[in-house]
Amino acid sequence: MAVIPALLVQGVQMALVLLLAPLLTGLTRKVKARLQRRQGPSVIQPYRDLKRLLHKDVVLAENASWLFRVAPYVIFAVTWVAAALVPTFATGLLFSWSGDLIAITALLGSARFAQALAAMDIGTSFGGIGASREVMIASLAEPAMLMIALSVALIAGSTQLSTIADYMAFSAVGLRVTLALGLVALVIVALAENARIPVDNPATHLELTMVHEAMVLEYSGRHLAMIELAASLKLLLYVSVIACIFFPFGLAHGYVIGLIAYLLKLAVAGVLLGVFEVSIAKMRVFRVPNFLGAALMLALLGVLLRFVSEGM
Amino acid sequence: MIALPLGCIVLLMTLALVGAVVARTASGGRIVYGGSLAISLALLLIALLSIGGGSSTVTLPLGLPWIGARFQLDPLAAFFLVVVGLGSAGASYYALGYGRHEPEPQRVLPFYPAFLAGLTLVVVAADAFSFLFAWELMSLASWALVMSHDREPGNANAGFVYIVMASFSGLALLLCFGLLAGATGDFSFAAMQAAHPSPGIAALALVLALIGAGSKAGVVPLHAWLPLAHPAAPSHVSALMSGVMTKVAVYGFIRIVFDLLGAPTWWGGVIVLAVGGITAVLGVLYALMEHDLKRLLAYHTVENIGIIFIGLGLALAFGANLLPAAAALALTAALFHVFNHSVFKSLLFFGSGAVLTATGERDMDHLGGLIHRMPKTAFAFLIGCIAISALPPLNGFVSEWLTFQAILLHPDLPQWGLKLAIPADGALLALSAALAAACFVKAFGVTFLGRARTRVAADAREVDGYSTNAMFVFAALCLLAGIFPGAVIDLLAPVTQALTGAHMPKQLDVAWLSIVPVETARSSYNGLLVLVFVTISASLGVLAIHRFASHALRRAPAWDCGFPDPRPQTQYTAGSFAQPIRRVYGAVVFRAHDTVTMPPPGATAPASIEKHIADPIWDALYAPIAAAVWWMSQALNHLQFLTIRRYLGFVFAALVILLLALALWQ
Amino acid sequence: MISGFAFDVSHMLAGLLVLVSFAMLYQDRLYAVINVLALHAFVLAISVAWQAHIQHAPHLYITALIALGFKAIAIPMALRRMVFRLGIHREIETVVSIGLTMLAGIAMVALSLMVMLPVTAHVDPVAREDISLALSVVLIGLLMMVTRRNAVSQVAGFLSLENGVNLAATGAQGMPLVVEISVAFSILIAFIVVGIFLFRIRERFDTVDLEALDRFRGERR
Repeated sequence: MAVIPALLVQGVQMALVLLLAPLLTGLTRKVKARLQRRQGPSVIQPYRDLKRLLHKDVVLAENASWLFRVAPYVIFAVTWVAAALVPTFATGLLFSWSGDLIAITALLGSARFAQALAAMDIGTSFGGIGASREVMIASLAEPAMLMIALSVALIAGSTQLSTIADYMAFSAVGLRVTLALGLVALVIVALAENARIPVDNPATHLELTMVHEAMVLEYSGRHLAMIELAASLKLLLYVSVIACIFFPFGLAHGYVIGLIAYLLKLAVAGVLLGVFEVSIAKMRVFRVPNFLGAALMLALLGVLLRFVSEGM
Repeated sequence: MIALPLGCIVLLMTLALVGAVVARTASGGRIVYGGSLAISLALLLIALLSIGGGSSTVTLPLGLPWIGARFQLDPLAAFFLVVVGLGSAGASYYALGYGRHEPEPQRVLPFYPAFLAGLTLVVVAADAFSFLFAWELMSLASWALVMSHDREPGNANAGFVYIVMASFSGLALLLCFGLLAGATGDFSFAAMQAAHPSPGIAALALVLALIGAGSKAGVVPLHAWLPLAHPAAPSHVSALMSGVMTKVAVYGFIRIVFDLLGAPTWWGGVIVLAVGGITAVLGVLYALMEHDLKRLLAYHTVENIGIIFIGLGLALAFGANLLPAAAALALTAALFHVFNHSVFKSLLFFGSGAVLTATGERDMDHLGGLIHRMPKTAFAFLIGCIAISALPPLNGFVSEWLTFQAILLHPDLPQWGLKLAIPADGALLALSAALAAACFVKAFGVTFLGRARTRVAADAREVDGYSTNAMFVFAALCLLAGIFPGAVIDLLAPVTQALTGAHMPKQLDVAWLSIVPVETARSSYNGLLVLVFVTISASLGVLAIHRFASHALRRAPAWDCGFPDPRPQTQYTAGSFAQPIRRVYGAVVFRAHDTVTMPPPGATAPASIEKHIADPIWDALYAPIAAAVWWMSQALNHLQFLTIRRYLGFVFAALVILLLALALWQ
Repeated sequence: MISGFAFDVSHMLAGLLVLVSFAMLYQDRLYAVINVLALHAFVLAISVAWQAHIQHAPHLYITALIALGFKAIAIPMALRRMVFRLGIHREIETVVSIGLTMLAGIAMVALSLMVMLPVTAHVDPVAREDISLALSVVLIGLLMMVTRRNAVSQVAGFLSLENGVNLAATGAQGMPLVVEISVAFSILIAFIVVGIFLFRIRERFDTVDLEALDRFRGERR
């Protein structure tokens, strides 16, 4: 029975992403705080926050509909499933073939759809502002992501993340312009999708600058906990995708080495993100389309330049 | 098998006559719609049974005496008959409830069965004459339905634009068939297939087919009539026009280009790809600028037609390079999207009809909060919104995913034009999918969520059982096609086999009901597993939290950063929701800009904001034509006031010139 | 025959040059444009040096040094001084929106690939990719000059165009040093002339906006 260990690995992966996600968020916050010469909260603060939120009452707006109450669980579940499909410490997970990179992108799109609708449900102007800006950002980030998938698929001959990771790890891919462009584009998309600094500020509560926070303004208690956890999972997911496409080291050397390598990659990503966030200023909202448009163009350029490399 | 659909058509035409008689009676609607429902279900059944079989043909001594009328039922026709049967069955069932609110049933009931007959007849026609006859029957019957509420503002104009564009499309198809019939003058499809037109003729025929069928389907820039005419008709007819008639137009295109034209050419693929990409993105951008719910849906039909044409263009490109497996994948994706769009667009138009019945409003900015008043409609409409936004695990995602998989095969193509055009089209497809999701957040959010903006929205009532049941059936179809896509793909195998000489690998044999377009290592998707996983994870989350943490809940006024505004007018409207996108994309495409007028300090006048949106295609294409026609008619007007002697002089001169031309010709 | 790795690196560098060209299109402030221009020349210098290495053509090292010294250090510094003295460092100037410009840039790359790759199907792969990418860089440089109205960014566009020509020239094996030096020299002259003219224009019209010149010629009205 080869199914049982495979199922086990899949289960471990699902638990692992769930457990590690708040840690990554905490690490990034800590790095940012230290760089700003603050002590900052401990790296396990996100876990405490989640615990606190889970035990609080939900204060629900009077005209909230069922959609508002269902949305947090949908967002959480969809993001979790998407994160479980990305190879983290091992490739060839049991269910990884149930969705490829395109499906993962679309699953995150479903989560965003639910989030934006929930933001519109109470009927406040903050919900509207958050939702309308979020879909504007997504309308550029999602095509960019799909173009990245296209350019990676052109090299690896697959949109399946497991296959891509194996291909990148084993065959002599070498330096590829397409991959370099894809990496830059993917980082831009990841910053935008996770509401990180040049696009949105995860720590702000200043009305005019917030996108993601405006959407979740009316949430409280366990609902908010679910959404926060989903946001952490999404950050982890993007880091994992970047790691498994562009830095697939350790994936092929057994579970233990894979796990250690994965933890190292997460730590590096968390630190880099923190450093990046303190060293750059937030953009105006209407500067964001140019930023993301650049990602889309880079990915498209990568696809075009792929044909130049065909000479070899 | 062909006799049965023809029998259904005869029954439908009879029903049209009956409808004219019983229209004013109380039970008229029930007779007509009930009859249409029964016949449509029969059609659906026939089509499903005959899709795997071979083709059967019949020649009836009708129409032109020396030709007769040929009809045939091959896999392609059978598949589109499934779409027609399903769409009309749903619309008829929905109309059993919705039709009761019709103020003037005598203007709808006779034409409705005739419209269905026209749709069916186009699909089974097997010679140019009966095809064009059926095409015009379809156009005229739907025109009559569009004009059924001609006193409402804008509807008469919509009908006028529609009839002009429909005539234009008929003319283009007539010319196209004329070219294909060639020197022999045999108008049967079988003869056209056997003839091999020269490349020049084939190119011209392709362009004419694209214009003729494309204008009926709503391809940019020939889409102008669609957002006017579809919303003007009663909602069940809108559903048929958007969900089914545009698909019949796609059928016309596929029949001519894939079946009659013979070997495809790669630059034909480039043309279709370019048209498809532009149509998809412009359609959704137009929809985003819209605040009328039914017009928004109509513009989305334009977008989805674009997606279908992208798939068809890919199939042409692969077919021209003798890659039948890839062509089969692309064609499967396009046909799958035909099916999907007919299902969710019908569903969405039913929903908008329900909102119209309940509130009398089509303007989203006068609605809001309907999820509380109309929970069933809201739920079904939500399913439709998710499906059309191409989000997993529903059906819209599957067909767009398949289209992407076909795009990924493009490095196999030798032509540089295609190698570069197809990724660009992929970007356009991705852009339109993301924008569609944005647009349906807006459509659902503004209409059904938030607080009611007007009295009518606050007092809305859930609609009757027929309407909600029809919506639920179609919502269930969206889900089923999304989680068991293999069944649909296998159903399409005979169709692609007949048109491209290959079909996708059998999907129902794949383990766990995944779909695998090429091979598992390359790409696979399993909607069922995704749905099961999401359901399990969400339930796990709920269970764990309610068991081990708090499940207390308190209702309170909205927080809104401490400044809740009691007036529902301060909510985001359709226009304000689209403002960021209008600014990013609209500034380029629509020359959109906002003018803010601030009163001087101290003045009590309110500030105002005004948005300006120009329709580039109307301004660049239609307005000059209309102006030219106007100028010509002005210039020729004085011909009306001449003496008899002068008129005779014109006739004489015309005769002499023609004779002269004849003499010179010989 | 050159090894796969050598090809990969030179391809990467050429691709990077295209990327930096795009970065230049993306900028809307003059200082940023000048910084990117310096980076552009720097990448070119590395690329040329790499070509010198794999082609065993020592004279190309001189070309690389010229690129590094003149284009990556001297000219940007001069330009920066110029911008400072003209007092236009805050100016934001684009004629067409950045998104559209970048889209046009993508179209230019596609065009150059479409033109070059089929024609050069049987040439040595290094030269092949170098030439097609170099043509993209040239076209984007021209695009930069067309879509900007400020004279300084037009100079930047012109210089990046010249970098593209250089890339093409080094990719084709065995370009004589004399040609390279004369090209570099002519660029220098052109640069000086443009610089002098800029100050003259500025003295006369109080702006370096080229539309002002058109107005003066009475063409715009």
